[in-house]
Amino acid sequence: MIKKEEKVVITFYTTTDAMAMEQVCKEENADGRLIPVPRTITAGCGLAWCGKPEKERELKEIMQKNGITWQGIYKCMV
Amino acid sequence: MIYLDNAATTIKKPETVVKAVTKALCMLGNSGRGAYGCSLDASRVIYETRKVLAEFFHAENPRQIAFTANATESLNIAIKGILNPGDHVITTELEHNSVLRPLYEMEEKGAELTIIKSDDQGRIRYQEIEDNLRKNTRAIVCTHGSNLTGNLVDITQIGKIAREHGVLFVVDASQTAGVFPIDVRKMQIDILCFTGHKSLLGPQGTGGLYVREGVSVRPLLSGGSGVQSYRKKHPEEMPTVLEAGTLNAHGLAGLCAAVNYIRETGMDVIRRKEQELMWEFYNQVRKIEGIKIYGDFSSTERCPMVSLNIREYDSGDVSDTLFTDYGIATRSGAHCAPLMHQALGTVEQGAVRFSFSHYNNSDEVKQTVDALRELAL
Repeated sequence: MIKKEEKVVITFYTTTDAMAMEQVCKEENADGRLIPVPRTITAGCGLAWCGKPEKERELKEIMQKNGITWQGIYKCMV
Repeated sequence: MIYLDNAATTIKKPETVVKAVTKALCMLGNSGRGAYGCSLDASRVIYETRKVLAEFFHAENPRQIAFTANATESLNIAIKGILNPGDHVITTELEHNSVLRPLYEMEEKGAELTIIKSDDQGRIRYQEIEDNLRKNTRAIVCTHGSNLTGNLVDITQIGKIAREHGVLFVVDASQTAGVFPIDVRKMQIDILCFTGHKSLLGPQGTGGLYVREGVSVRPLLSGGSGVQSYRKKHPEEMPTVLEAGTLNAHGLAGLCAAVNYIRETGMDVIRRKEQELMWEFYNQVRKIEGIKIYGDFSSTERCPMVSLNIREYDSGDVSDTLFTDYGIATRSGAHCAPLMHQALGTVEQGAVRFSFSHYNNSDEVKQTVDALRELAL
């Protein structure tokens, strides 16, 4: 069985933005990782950033600070 | 072999480039198609290359760099992606066919084309560009350096003209990227087209284009993007909009290492060495009776190449003899720059081009000069 817990999931318009997110989060020591975009958000393909739900604000600030455009921010079971 | 065809492709690459490509071939998956280790590693390599090139050309951010297979593909994307029937476009006689042919195609589709004339030393008058602007001028497309004469074009000046008149400025940096500093913002370049395998010292099959934020370019290809799969249209965001299909992550790993090598070694150091070799060669061959050199050598800043002919000899024969009898590799013939040859008066004869890398040395220059001296007897 696949274990799931609530996470904050951020989607992007391009893979480039997803990769930029991974790099800045590493630099800022923000926990999380890239995952396939969950079906509950959108059918299709691509990468999303998955982090702890309580870190949503911090992640948003990181993106704003580094000029990363996000498509959507969701709370979902991952 | 003495390799003096570095303007066609640099044959010797930094060791770090070879290692990076080998490593990439052994471990990279398909970028942007999966969230597992080796797929993400490919995406990471590509993103790092974007970042390195964005910094190298002073782009606003890595998103503004899209990857292609070479400068030809980049120029086709740029020219066909910004021009519409009824638009006017200006170019020069210095251009390579990778600029001219896409422009002729657009002319057939209803664009108006003005080609700025060159003098017999391969120079243009910048004022003529300004004089030829029209109300419907959409773009100026020009090379940063002629692949035949090595003459540099003052792209800062053209960029100023273009921006002042609200015209897009597209630059072909095939002969200059990696050896001359290019600052897309200072030079007011809207689209910069580059190849990876010449003076950027990367692998063949790598190249790309910088597109200024806010400039919209219609893609030449559509297809797999790794995102927005259920949309009928290809995504519109840079760089995905110009990158349908699997990218050459293996090659780009090498390109990234190559640009890092240039930054560590110093572009100025590389350029000085190449120009020293070129001037050493030029100053000796110009004294040989029967040799005619093409281009403008009045400026110290020029691409490290010298094109010449010996008497009325077929340039192909000269190049062939140089290789078969002396082991010296050069390029002869028309160099894919038909209008430049017309301006120089070398349509029939072509020209033999000697182009230098910082990996060449003085001894190779000397041997080549000796060979030319014998052939000119």
